[in-house]
Amino acid sequence: MDVSQYLEIFIEEAKEHLQNLNVTLLEMEKDANNKDYINEIFRVAHTIKGMAATMGFKRMTVLTHDMENVLSEIRTGAISVSAELLDVLFQCLDALESYIELIINTGNEGAEENQPIIDRLNAILAGKGDAPDKSKSKTAATVIVEASKEPEVTDQSEKKHLTMPFNDYEKNAMIKAKEEGFTTYGVTIYISDSCVLKSARAFIIFRTLEKLGQIIKAYPSVQDIEDEKFESDFSVFVISTETAQKFHKDLTSIAEVEAVLVDPIETQGEVQDFSNKDDAKPKLDENERDKKTQAKHTKPTANRTVRVDIERLDNLMNLVSELIIVKNGLETIESNNQNMNEQIEYLERITTNLHDAVMKVRMVPIERVFNRFPRLIRDLSRKLNKNMELHMSGEETELDRTVIDEIGDPLVHLIRNAGDHGLEPPAERVAAGKPEQGNVYLDAYQDGNNVVIEVAEDGRGINIEKVKTKALNNGAITRDQADAMSDSDIIDLLFRPSFSTTDKISDVSGRGVGLDVVKTKIEQLGGDIEVKTALGKGSTFIIRLPLTLAIIQALMVKIGEEKYAIPLNTIQNIEDVKLGDIKYIQNQEFINLRGHVVPIVRLDVLLDVVTEEEVRESVTVVIVNKGDKQAGFVVDGLIGQQEIVIKTLGKYLNNTRLIAGSTILGDGEVALILDVNSLV
Amino acid sequence: MEVNQVKTVGTTQFIVVKFDREQYGVNIQYIQNIVRMMRITRVPNAPTYIKGVINLRGEIIPVMSVRYKFELDEDVYTNATRIIIVKVDNHAMGLLVDEVLEVIQLSEDQIEKIVRDSQDEKAKFVYAVGKLGNELVTLLNIEALIGVDE
Repeated sequence: MDVSQYLEIFIEEAKEHLQNLNVTLLEMEKDANNKDYINEIFRVAHTIKGMAATMGFKRMTVLTHDMENVLSEIRTGAISVSAELLDVLFQCLDALESYIELIINTGNEGAEENQPIIDRLNAILAGKGDAPDKSKSKTAATVIVEASKEPEVTDQSEKKHLTMPFNDYEKNAMIKAKEEGFTTYGVTIYISDSCVLKSARAFIIFRTLEKLGQIIKAYPSVQDIEDEKFESDFSVFVISTETAQKFHKDLTSIAEVEAVLVDPIETQGEVQDFSNKDDAKPKLDENERDKKTQAKHTKPTANRTVRVDIERLDNLMNLVSELIIVKNGLETIESNNQNMNEQIEYLERITTNLHDAVMKVRMVPIERVFNRFPRLIRDLSRKLNKNMELHMSGEETELDRTVIDEIGDPLVHLIRNAGDHGLEPPAERVAAGKPEQGNVYLDAYQDGNNVVIEVAEDGRGINIEKVKTKALNNGAITRDQADAMSDSDIIDLLFRPSFSTTDKISDVSGRGVGLDVVKTKIEQLGGDIEVKTALGKGSTFIIRLPLTLAIIQALMVKIGEEKYAIPLNTIQNIEDVKLGDIKYIQNQEFINLRGHVVPIVRLDVLLDVVTEEEVRESVTVVIVNKGDKQAGFVVDGLIGQQEIVIKTLGKYLNNTRLIAGSTILGDGEVALILDVNSLV
Repeated sequence: MEVNQVKTVGTTQFIVVKFDREQYGVNIQYIQNIVRMMRITRVPNAPTYIKGVINLRGEIIPVMSVRYKFELDEDVYTNATRIIIVKVDNHAMGLLVDEVLEVIQLSEDQIEKIVRDSQDEKAKFVYAVGKLGNELVTLLNIEALIGVDE
């Protein structure tokens, strides 16, 4: 079978499983004796093994198989969880991640056998004695059944029969069958998409099943299946004395059957029996209960989510954008027709809601990025010999998928910095009267149309004098400049290219490439970053990102005869300022806005707009915010608030100063979006 | 006026455009579209040869002045003015031309490569001369022409 078309699904799912493994391992490190974690890790290893085997990734399969052997011994209690074991498991995780990385880049898993890790796993296994053979072969057997499944059905959620409800009659039948020594099997059968006469296949399948046992329930109903009212799969429940393997063998031998999933089903009544702990078949019981909990886990999500290619969403988004442009076009048509105006308002409501709905589809909780940081802190803590703890909050905060994909690296950088530069070594902390353990805080929250991510630590804080000296020494600023600079100006120096204050270059950070890259990346995403610091108390890096990237609310303004858009989320308010109220300080215009001194930016000058000189008594000033900073943009006229679709200017004009992008107005004209970041 | 990539064995098709009295040929394989003059939005701080951007059916495309690159007089927009949309490496660019004349086919022996005069900045925008009867057509090196200034 050609599996290449499933590669993406494989990668996507493997990543999720590895993420899960990562989280669980970290939890387990704190609470080694919790059986749930072992079970979860076992399940993940097992699933990855099945997936890798189907895709033909032999080395991954071998590694996960050996992991599984060890884990299964832990589950039976033959081996206890030790620090060494956790280390090996972390190594396994890293190895699996690098396999996946290779698969993403090259399409195959490479030649790395990871023999040292496998040896360590085997050593652990050998260290506890040679009793496990029986259970080992047992896991191996179940694996064969599962490994031959289709990749898209390896996930437990595809075992639809595990999540199906039973009515009392069916339950009774099952309990009775059990008492009489029969087993109830749940079977989900996937028929090939290319199958022409699905009902005919289903008929043959039913005949085969009837030979094996008695069918007590089918979903969809037998009638619907005969009428071909099913997609590509259906589930049946059969009471039988045969083994699951026999079911699997007989059913897969039927032509055009893509996959068969078989599991013994236990009814609710018996589950309670299990919790009373009958010790006849403890191992099997545990398996059963695992499957039950898995079913419970997957149930809420499995039936309600769909995995969609991001390209399709982008496409949908583009169409919504087009629709909004058309709507804006309709709005500009002068019309006195009441009915027409009402319809346009209606259309506007729909497009706005449609846009919101599509945006929500693209939103992903930031948890996906945050999840890897506990591990990062753990490794940092070991490498740097600093005791540190990570506190996270707001993992559920949602961001656009494209932002999520890009924000990881800058955050890794900031967290490394926090651990390496920010936090002092333990001895220094104790000397300063602080607890030995340093804290790193990672918080995300939504603030209006922005999402804010804060990376903070309770370390030494940024030594402003040191930064100043450093900047003077490497010629970044002159003495005069240094004297004129405020503290926040000096901190901003840190974001300049090739600026690092650490005296020694470490493995972790301090190579001088860093904060400027972080800043560039965040600005590319339409956001900004600022720092707050207190000497001896720590620093906080505050990242502000727009909720969406594609469509924003903007204020359209006129400068001369040209139209420009200012993103609404940056605007604080609009003021009418009398010319006499504009003051000059060192040749720079300022206004005093209710006690705040706000610099005035003459947009027509900066943008080289040809304007007619006319004498006016007052000017319209749009006050914008960038972090703590404010500026007042002088404009010649306000057009109004509008929903605009952001379009890039393309490769040739992408780096144009002061311009963040463009948009198409209702009449087809192109208007440019001002880059508030570079103007303030 | 959609133009597809056409190539017969041994010959190459060019669109002939006019500036003042001179004729220039643009290899048809670069050309996506030829559109009438439309409203161009000026982009502040863009390179001088970029006149601005246009909206071509929802796509934002920069438009450059070929005249500026060849150090000719300023563009004068007339009824004959056209914007030729060319695409290099999937990035589109509009070229302002005074007039589009015709499509010609040149066989290899009608194309004479010219030796580049390294003194002349403009020379790199031209890669050959096409001979069609008595007429001479200067063939443009589109990549060099629209390349972002070094």
